[in-house]
Amino acid sequence: MKKQQWFTISVYSENNVGLLNRISGIFLKRHINIESLNVSKSEIDGVSKFTIVVHTTEKWVRNIVGQIEKQIEVIKAFYHTDEETIYQESALFKIASNLLFDERQIQNIIKDNNSQIVTVAREFFVIAKSGRRNEIDDMYEQLKPYGIMQFVRSGRISVSKDIMQITGLLKEFYEEA
Amino acid sequence: MEAVKIKTEEAKNKAKLKMSGAEAIIHCLLAEGVDTLYGYPGGAIMPVYDELYKFQDKLTHILTRHEQGAAHAAQGYARVSGRVGVAMATSGPGATNLVTGLADAQIDSTPMVCITGQVTRALLGSDAFQETDIIGISTPVTKWNYQITKAEEIPEIMAKAFYIAKAGRPGPVLVDITKNAQIDEFEFSYEKCTAVRSYNPVPKPDAKAIEAAAELINSAKKPMIVWGQGVILGKAEEELKALIEKSGIPAAWTIMGASAIDSDHPLNVGMVGMHGNYGPNILTNECDLLIAIGMRFDDRVTGKLDTYAKQAKVIHFEIDKAEVNKNVHADVAVLGNAKETLGLLLPLVNENKHEDWHNEFKKKYEIEFNEVIKGDIHPTKEGLTMGEVIEQINIASGNKAVIVTDVGQHQMIGCRYAKFKESKSNITSGGLGTMGFALPAAIGAKMGAMDREVVAIIGDGGYQMTIQELGVIFQHNLPVKIVVLNNDHLGMVRQWQELFFDKRYASTVMVNPDFVKIAEGYHIESKRVSKREELQSTIEEMIASKNPYFLEVKVEKEDNVFPMVPAGASVSDIRLK
Repeated sequence: MKKQQWFTISVYSENNVGLLNRISGIFLKRHINIESLNVSKSEIDGVSKFTIVVHTTEKWVRNIVGQIEKQIEVIKAFYHTDEETIYQESALFKIASNLLFDERQIQNIIKDNNSQIVTVAREFFVIAKSGRRNEIDDMYEQLKPYGIMQFVRSGRISVSKDIMQITGLLKEFYEEA
Repeated sequence: MEAVKIKTEEAKNKAKLKMSGAEAIIHCLLAEGVDTLYGYPGGAIMPVYDELYKFQDKLTHILTRHEQGAAHAAQGYARVSGRVGVAMATSGPGATNLVTGLADAQIDSTPMVCITGQVTRALLGSDAFQETDIIGISTPVTKWNYQITKAEEIPEIMAKAFYIAKAGRPGPVLVDITKNAQIDEFEFSYEKCTAVRSYNPVPKPDAKAIEAAAELINSAKKPMIVWGQGVILGKAEEELKALIEKSGIPAAWTIMGASAIDSDHPLNVGMVGMHGNYGPNILTNECDLLIAIGMRFDDRVTGKLDTYAKQAKVIHFEIDKAEVNKNVHADVAVLGNAKETLGLLLPLVNENKHEDWHNEFKKKYEIEFNEVIKGDIHPTKEGLTMGEVIEQINIASGNKAVIVTDVGQHQMIGCRYAKFKESKSNITSGGLGTMGFALPAAIGAKMGAMDREVVAIIGDGGYQMTIQELGVIFQHNLPVKIVVLNNDHLGMVRQWQELFFDKRYASTVMVNPDFVKIAEGYHIESKRVSKREELQSTIEEMIASKNPYFLEVKVEKEDNVFPMVPAGASVSDIRLK
């Protein structure tokens, strides 16, 4: 219970301009750092999904999820451990173009890491890599000695192994109404 | 004008009428049954005030002397009446002055709608005159908030605001309305909001949880109830009374729950928490079952959590799922409205008396009476005590007054000794501890219950934080009775300094003005009492008065409030001196 671990919080909500502020405030109050945050549309039309990664105890994540879920525009919030989700991050590496021709090893790194070249320009080329955090970190370490012009990594996106009953919840609401 | 009103009532038939956003706001308020609101005008809310002027016969607007006063008055109105309180202010400083009231209403679950003006849409984000991001500022202290930037949004958002403010666990809602949205015209029609798809205000009771609760209650040897404001907000007073009478379970209350059950009910064993009664605090750590009803285990109630009721099983009746297991682990959680869940529980509970267990409370009460209470309400020393003032108010009002307290020693003494016959009679700033709450809240309380006696009991410190609201009492000749218990100190802080800071009295001595003269300046009948022989007759005179009345009682300067659970100590380590 007291052990800190990684949790992925999934929040299904209305698409409201102030909601991100309201949700981030809940973390702020408890001094919990948001390790990554992703907001996107969800499988349901008009419903947004926040994916938030935190490192904390189960007691705290449960409290936080409760406080998120009680926000008026939040339809439902869940938390999962890494084992309970399928998750990925994406990264982009911008590398000087000459390296592609001068350093044969670069091509091997791209291949070995199952990554793709998205674009090649005269001055630079861009590699896209999706995967778990450690896979992206590995690739970063491999490319670093050659010089990385720019690097960016997205927040975690994840889907849970179990079913999220959002459609059912909304259906129930409209049936009662 | 009348035609407009009729159209509003016909909104169900989708009758439409072209009007300005400002006028629409008035129709929304009328459609929600609002008859009174508190506020302060200013540039960005002027179109709405212009409409208020036209609707004076239907809507009473009370000009408080500060926006904080408007928020607290709306809270007082809401707390005493169970209806939604409404406050209004302009943009910028008007809006920020509401924030303390919003935070107070949020933590004490008070239904309130605050309407603020905002600079015109085109100027948003430009640091315009009196522009402030009140949505950003108020987000952590509101149940919901919304910025309206188009007149067409007004009916739907206002309907939603009133619904959200009172649905489930109530709370404050802020609606910020840009000036263009107040001026622009649109086709008005109004439909009340009855549900929001992303919000489930009242969880459905789970029959299994109720059965499990009944089983624990029926097998408990030393069960104890602690109820909170959830009983009052859920209108579950009768159900709670029936439960304790059938089960014979001693029941204690948090300050927010005070008055839900008659103070003189034999099973009412008093107040829990930092300055609560000795018995319920000590016995929290001896009971075998703690039944929490509509309360949230605030730290002022639990003391040190690691040693709070660890020997007991806990049942938590609660409307807000996020409160369950937040501070105290519940063995059984019964979600739902207390009226409904207690109603379902009642037939499953066995009749019982728990006489031996109840005697434990009586014994503890005797100890507390001899050590503390006797000296508080029947003092033999020369100086007047706060306790004897409260006792005289009880006697003069027949325990029927609405008691509005501020924050500090007088609040704790007020909550400990005020007696109640009727629910919704103890209005105080419980969670936030807002000094300056009582005077404006008493204005709202009086207007929300004109047939009831309203007595504001305030310390000399808190009184001066919102003293300007005497202007409202004077202007409207509101028969609020104001009692300032003046010990020329910030008494509670002084007490902590004495007990925990080696008597270093930093900034707690108050150099006070002549309070009687100030009240006289507002043409309010006023008296000062500093001798015991004058106390009873003056309080009788005050209660008998049909007008506003100000009474200053010069009380002992260095009295302390006991019993006391020191901050961070266990409830069973409660001190009697």
